[in-house]
Amino acid sequence: MKISDLNVYRGPCEVLRNLTIDIPKGQWTSIIGPNGAGKSSLLQGITNILSTTGSITIDDVNIQNLDRKARAKAIAWLAQNNDAAEEFSELTVYDTVMLGRIPHQGWLHLPSTLDHQVVQESLNKTHTQSIASRFLHELSGGEKQRVLLARLLAVQADILLMDEPLANLDPPHQADWLIWQKELLAQGKTVVTVLHEIQFALKADHLVMIQQGKLYFQGASKDSATHQALIALFEGRIHLEKLGNEWICLPI
Amino acid sequence: MPKHQFSQKLMALLALSLMLIALGCVFGSTGIDWPFTEVDRTILYEIRLPRSIGAYLAGALLGLAGAIAQSLFRNPLADPYLLGSASGGLLGVGIILCLSSVGEHSLVTLIGINGGAFAGALLGVLAALLLAGGYKSSLRLLLSGVVIGVIFSAANSLLTFVRPDLYQSLQSFMLGNTSLITWNANLMMGLALVICILLTLLLSPVLSVLSLGENTARTLGLPLDQLRLLLIAVLALATGFAVAQTGLIAFVGLAAPHLVRHISGGRQRVQLILSSIAGGILLLGSDLLAKTIFAPLEIPVGIVTAVLGGSYLLFLLRRGQIGIRK
Repeated sequence: MKISDLNVYRGPCEVLRNLTIDIPKGQWTSIIGPNGAGKSSLLQGITNILSTTGSITIDDVNIQNLDRKARAKAIAWLAQNNDAAEEFSELTVYDTVMLGRIPHQGWLHLPSTLDHQVVQESLNKTHTQSIASRFLHELSGGEKQRVLLARLLAVQADILLMDEPLANLDPPHQADWLIWQKELLAQGKTVVTVLHEIQFALKADHLVMIQQGKLYFQGASKDSATHQALIALFEGRIHLEKLGNEWICLPI
Repeated sequence: MPKHQFSQKLMALLALSLMLIALGCVFGSTGIDWPFTEVDRTILYEIRLPRSIGAYLAGALLGLAGAIAQSLFRNPLADPYLLGSASGGLLGVGIILCLSSVGEHSLVTLIGINGGAFAGALLGVLAALLLAGGYKSSLRLLLSGVVIGVIFSAANSLLTFVRPDLYQSLQSFMLGNTSLITWNANLMMGLALVICILLTLLLSPVLSVLSLGENTARTLGLPLDQLRLLLIAVLALATGFAVAQTGLIAFVGLAAPHLVRHISGGRQRVQLILSSIAGGILLLGSDLLAKTIFAPLEIPVGIVTAVLGGSYLLFLLRRGQIGIRK
């Protein structure tokens, strides 16, 4: 996915300016930056929730030229937990995950066998099959987050955008999420995440740093130049340390 | 919810509906004895049966509109009158009454009180939509509905201030009245109910998707703004037809969806159908009580629906079945 000269607007306000970013196909790109930098706005610009100018192309096709359904099948988006699953939701877990199949269904069409199969797989993958008949409003924050992840997987899109996917997940489920990430990447999916947990972001293939609505730096997460930029982005208040094959981040 | 369970609940509610319609034919200001006399037949077929069926249909329209409003605005306190249709309908009736007392106008005669209420209710919703600049934000539309309600109410107050003789007629409209429902009115409400239910079932995926938040709904490939406008149109039509025939009946649209929420099993389409049936049962049951509590004196049905619906909502609130879930 290539993003060129992208401006993103929240109402009349320009929240992102002249962004040109390369998001490598089949890899994991993590977007990081201080609070209010515009990370979530970037994902919302890509999904057409916020209005944009500039161009976003996938395999040289401008996504503005795709119809709604084609776009919904190509790009799936996971909202921040506080944006989704309102308390006045009467949906069951199963029905919530089935909503991910809407881009594949026609009007008045009942879910097909394939739809049910995909929903079951998504439930199994996120360990939510045992709560499939419960209502969304009865779940804990972590359970709800896993259900919303299952809904995202059910879209079967090639590009997955996740805004704070680890929010409310306990360490074992964070570890599970990393395993799903690897599986998704092995299937050739492109994953873009917004993460506050820098040590998880450092596990991505590619880092995009945003500051005050502008691109600050982009590069491979293992490069020392990227690490230098990351430390500078957070004004020297973090320290990066190598532990085995992984980089960890400590606040100082 | 398994299909057979839904069928059982649906059958039980429909059986209750038929029983209430039958009771509506039996009870009234005078008794009916077997064998029927000519007068009994007239009372039964020209007054009680159309009234019972009409009360049921109006309640069903309000129940459906309430379920749409609560799902669309994701607010358990939303009701069909939220977008200015109540004050619009009242103003419509006020204007027609005012014009008809000034002199005979063919247009005023053609429109009539019912037509005035219907047009006023639709105009109220249209004005709220115009003020909000279309359906871009639920909050903006709800606020516009409140503003339109206040403005139209002020216009109503001005009307009754200038013409105090209209007050009693307007008050009768405000408290709801099912005694004047005709077979023609039933035909119109029946058709409106079938069309509104079919359209709502067709559009129900939008209501389910909106439960996940407006932004997520936008990423699933649905033409959200257009579909929400269509749902508003269905809501306005259902409310307009009910208001035109029965006046402003409180609480049916608000309470009916809550009455069936725990048995609908979280299925949006089931919830919509059951809310409609519950609305019919609530209004017809209230109408029966309104006719019989102080018989032969009849009290306005709106008072009974407010007491019944309000009490049940209070009961649910105390049991924690509605309100904030955390």
